[in-house]
Amino acid sequence: MALLELHDVTRRFGDFEAVKDVSFAVESGEFFTLLGPSGCGKTTILRMVAGFDRPDGGRILLDGRDLAATPPEKRPIHTVFQSYALFPHLSVGRNVAFPLRMAGLPEGEIRRRVGETLEQVHLAELADHYPHEISGGQKQRVALARGLVNRPRLLLLDEPLGALDLKLREEMQLELIKLQREVGVTFVFVTHAQNEALALSHRIAVMNRGRIEQLDVPSRIYGFPQNRFVADFIGNCNLLEARVVDRRDGELGLEAEGLGEIRAPATDRPGSTGVLALRPEQVRIHAGGDGENDQDNRFPGTVRDFLYVGDVTTYQVVLDNGFRLSALRANDAPGRARFFEIGDRVTVSWARQAGHYVPD
Amino acid sequence: MARLPIWLRLAAGATFAFLYVPLAVVVAYSFNDSRLNAEWVGFTLDWYRVLFADQEMLLAARNSLFIALVSSLAATGLGTLAGLAMHRYRPPWLPLLVITPVAMPEILLGVSLLVFFIQVLHLTLGLLSVVLAHITFSIGFVAIIVRARLAGMDESIFEAARDLGANPWQTFRLVTFPLILPAVVAGFLMAFTLSIDDFVITFFTAGVGVSTLPLQIYSMIKIAVTPEVNAVSTLLMLLTLVLVAAASRMDRSFMKGGA
Ligand SMILES: Nc1ncnc2c1ncn2[C@@H]1O[C@H](COP(=O)(O)OP(=O)(O)OP(=O)(O)O)[C@@H](O)[C@H]1O
Ligand SMILES: [Mg+2]
Repeated sequence: MALLELHDVTRRFGDFEAVKDVSFAVESGEFFTLLGPSGCGKTTILRMVAGFDRPDGGRILLDGRDLAATPPEKRPIHTVFQSYALFPHLSVGRNVAFPLRMAGLPEGEIRRRVGETLEQVHLAELADHYPHEISGGQKQRVALARGLVNRPRLLLLDEPLGALDLKLREEMQLELIKLQREVGVTFVFVTHAQNEALALSHRIAVMNRGRIEQLDVPSRIYGFPQNRFVADFIGNCNLLEARVVDRRDGELGLEAEGLGEIRAPATDRPGSTGVLALRPEQVRIHAGGDGENDQDNRFPGTVRDFLYVGDVTTYQVVLDNGFRLSALRANDAPGRARFFEIGDRVTVSWARQAGHYVPD
Repeated sequence: MARLPIWLRLAAGATFAFLYVPLAVVVAYSFNDSRLNAEWVGFTLDWYRVLFADQEMLLAARNSLFIALVSSLAATGLGTLAGLAMHRYRPPWLPLLVITPVAMPEILLGVSLLVFFIQVLHLTLGLLSVVLAHITFSIGFVAIIVRARLAGMDESIFEAARDLGANPWQTFRLVTFPLILPAVVAGFLMAFTLSIDDFVITFFTAGVGVSTLPLQIYSMIKIAVTPEVNAVSTLLMLLTLVLVAAASRMDRSFMKGGA
């Protein structure tokens, strides 16, 4: 049985449906992520699971039991709030001890567990400091320690890394994975950063306007988006409007808007329309007429723009027929910052298997 | 910090002089060895001796302290609850109800309380009626201070307490109350100061039997501003100053502890 189950959960604010018929199940030990743009209902779902808000429809089950009648303090679920919500009048140690005190553990046991947990998040020496005396990253760890110290069945994390700078964020991502594995607590994690979701999660539910658009493992979310929204929201993507056609050679192919017939992994019947989601890293970019070999789709064009981010560069290429594509190339040549300049004549190409066709 | 231009400093100086010179004069004359508030003769503590021998004055002081203590304690309790309710449930009418007495002209409040006590409650005017009157005008101040404190706080702190296993009462006792405590104390000091200093409302609700310091001072200056009045005014000023300083200290301490 799944640990947490949502069945057709709906939440309305006036006429506005913030969460619409959301269903999913989280397995014990899983790192489950709700990913979606701002305002899509992620926090609302967490608040209903934690017990601060009630669904207008549907059911929420923990271990198969309906939570509707259980107040927040009786749910074996803890939350790490985006604002951390540390108690400003309590020291770090007492913040972490709070859930243990509420559970009525003996003082000695509390001291031991607090010490142990602070050790785990590398904060042992800060136990006597107050929240206003520590840094944002440290507050983050205190909030995590406080959420985990009492070993809840479920830890809800609402954009816990949102307020950290990039470097700290990446560091904390690695630590989160490690911590979750160590303590074995099930995580439901909320973020609007797709790279964070891809890096951390066992499974991701991509949300949009109160609905789940796709629920899958990260590699399938990235590689096989089920619809336009997911294709567009996750990573950068070339979206080619396309229609499935019978090719002269008997294979199925796509007729893409602005490109004509291309070889593609069409899975639908002829006549269906949709988009071909083609990742920039699947599009090769070569100088002039180079790289004749095995590429199935080739188009000449001109470099219009590029985005250099150090390890890789993304080139905007305008094809001769006016169509725009982005192509990514690793800056792997020694001593070379990038390969092409604006105005360079290039050829872009991609393999027949590349890309993913999403029928409408 | 940039230095203020000279004319601004002069203007500020003049304003402060206007505010504080009269007070300084009262303090100075309370130590003046002369019956008249006219010229400086010499230093003396005689007027304080006279003051502390004046039975009526001492009784008035005792009444004032009693009224201030009881009314500010009650107003602090009720005002804190009102502040919490305004913050938590945001009923649109509550702030109006709570804050109106703060803005209402004192004379209006005094007259209406008088009518209410006598004609509706059939109460004999005395300590009790003054205490009740002081409670009514102090609640609003406490409520405003407590609500301001709550408004500046991250709501998720209280949810976090529930989330981590505290029931509503434990949440109040272990999190909400300690966090609003500085505001509660500041509100108490404020109510106390207001009560000690109040003249108008007390005048209407005290009846004939009870006197307070401000009433006593008023009845004395009807004849003349004696040095004894200067002495009692100086002490009252000192007490107010201490209370205001304490209240603003509380205010600052919660600025630090908050957020
Ligand atoms: N108490 C409320 N009253 C009215 N509308 C609300 C309330 N809470 C949330 N909403 C609305 O519901 C929608 C979803 O809000 P929610 O906070 O769940 O979004 P989110 O996915 O967490 O967004 P973000 O990434 O910005 O935190 C938003 O449009 C929000 O305005
Ligand atoms: Mg949110």
